[in-house]
Amino acid sequence: MSYIHIRGLEFSYVNELEEPPVVNKVLKGIDLDIEKGEFVAVLGHNGSGKSTLAKCINAINLPEKGEVVVDGLDTIQEDNLLPIRKRVGMVFQNPDNQIVATIVEEDVAFALENLGVEPSEIRRRVDEALQTVGMYEYRMHAPHKLSGGQKQRVAIAGILAMKPDCIVLDEPTAMLDPKGRNEVLKTIKMLNKEQGVTIVLITHYMEEAAQADRVVVIEGGEKIMDNVPKKVFSQVDIMRNLGLDVPQVTEIVDFLKKQGYDISNEIITEDECVEALAKLLQGRTEQ
Amino acid sequence: MAIIKTEDLTYVYGDGTPFRKVAVDHVNLEIDEGEMVGVIGHTGSGKSTLIQHFNGLLKATSGSVYIDGERLWDDKAKLRPVRFKVGLVFQYPEYQLFEETCYKDIAFGPKNMGLDKQEIDRRIKETAKLVGLPASLLDKSPFELSGGQKRRVAIAGVMAMEPKVLILDEPASGLDPKGREQILGLIKEYHQEKKNTVVLVSHSMEDIAKHTTKILVMNKSKLFCYDDTAKVFHRAKELEEMGLAVPQITRVFNRLKAMGVQIGDDVYTTKYAKQLLLKMLANQ
Repeated sequence: MSYIHIRGLEFSYVNELEEPPVVNKVLKGIDLDIEKGEFVAVLGHNGSGKSTLAKCINAINLPEKGEVVVDGLDTIQEDNLLPIRKRVGMVFQNPDNQIVATIVEEDVAFALENLGVEPSEIRRRVDEALQTVGMYEYRMHAPHKLSGGQKQRVAIAGILAMKPDCIVLDEPTAMLDPKGRNEVLKTIKMLNKEQGVTIVLITHYMEEAAQADRVVVIEGGEKIMDNVPKKVFSQVDIMRNLGLDVPQVTEIVDFLKKQGYDISNEIITEDECVEALAKLLQGRTEQ
Repeated sequence: MAIIKTEDLTYVYGDGTPFRKVAVDHVNLEIDEGEMVGVIGHTGSGKSTLIQHFNGLLKATSGSVYIDGERLWDDKAKLRPVRFKVGLVFQYPEYQLFEETCYKDIAFGPKNMGLDKQEIDRRIKETAKLVGLPASLLDKSPFELSGGQKRRVAIAGVMAMEPKVLILDEPASGLDPKGREQILGLIKEYHQEKKNTVVLVSHSMEDIAKHTTKILVMNKSKLFCYDDTAKVFHRAKELEEMGLAVPQITRVFNRLKAMGVQIGDDVYTTKYAKQLLLKMLANQ
């Protein structure tokens, strides 16, 4: 069984205030497997159900039908709640909503204190987590004086200190400037590549998703694509119709290909695009 | 004539306390009427503080702000008309909706301007159409709408005052690509139709490149530059050093240039990149 194993997942939000209660079915039977150490990006327009899906992974939402199993632990069983939350940490969009303490290192220690970890071990893990995200020198600072990117890295450190196998990030860069976005994404990639942390990244930025191992597209509560980024983004027209986008470089090569030029449309990074365009332009000069 | 003009505009937070911070530092600026201006700058660069001076929400610590030729704060009684002249849409404006119906929410600004019922009705219907809000939703509670629709209602509420200057702080943040395009598209349409000044604050260089003709760059509380979009993105290296970026397509073309490919102009939108590539390939 895969590390995160989702089968036939259905979930609805119910508004009990209405008579009769209004049921809004958000997830309509999702199958998804995520292996340990993978970096998966989840795309979908607002209201597609991707955040709801993310919250099912660490048992904030429980399936109405189907199953979500993390590391062999079924989220529906109450005894599994704590072990699952120790394995899967979540980072949300707004950094200001997830910081609780008045000093950076106290914030990072918050969960560990609740878990009853030994003080010396807390010290060690907090230092390590802050060093990992590059915020160690800010450990005595007040969180509200940090930039958005720094706050998000503190939030990530708070999760890291719990030594999770997996981090689910729900649009962690939506409120950040380009530099902050870059800092957070670099941190995520480093955690994945160097420490083997499984990453599930929900994002609206196609250039971020392009850096994942795999892209999952959710539409109307169903999984409609699940493939390597190249294969997903090369379907430019489908992505557009879904209200999504593709990286600018993909848009350009796809356009040229449709105009009849000999260029691959499976290009998603700047490097590939520069190389392909140079070849196309210079190749013609030589003729 | 400049619709917005600042002279040595300086704003200090917490003056006289240990937390003193100069947020806007001697900014001199002239924005002409009818421009569509993008404002960029890293977090904490002073852009939000700067724009809050434009409708008198903040009073400069020193220096002056002129709107439509009139100096703000000379006569406090004149501030109210300025707030109608310069409409400010904050980030996540949907959090500020409060009325029972969308209609009443959009009416709030025009009503405060003392307009008559007929005129208010006309403006609500016009702006609702402009922001793509179906008439059937006007009698609904704004809290029943989706996030994107709520934002349209909030933006319509400011547009309905028909301000000469419309300032929007990150109007597309948190929306998916299609939602972004729709919101930015309607702002552009509004600008083209009304011919008034629009100031757009954004962290997305791609959006700024696509929709604005001039860019104002704030860096560390100072005005770094105010210039044509092409000229600003031409300074890619400086922008990157201050924690900003240029659009991905601009980076690609800059690298091609560095490799010796002959490219005349700067490229900062995919639309132009496509035209240029077709021309280059056809000429070969």
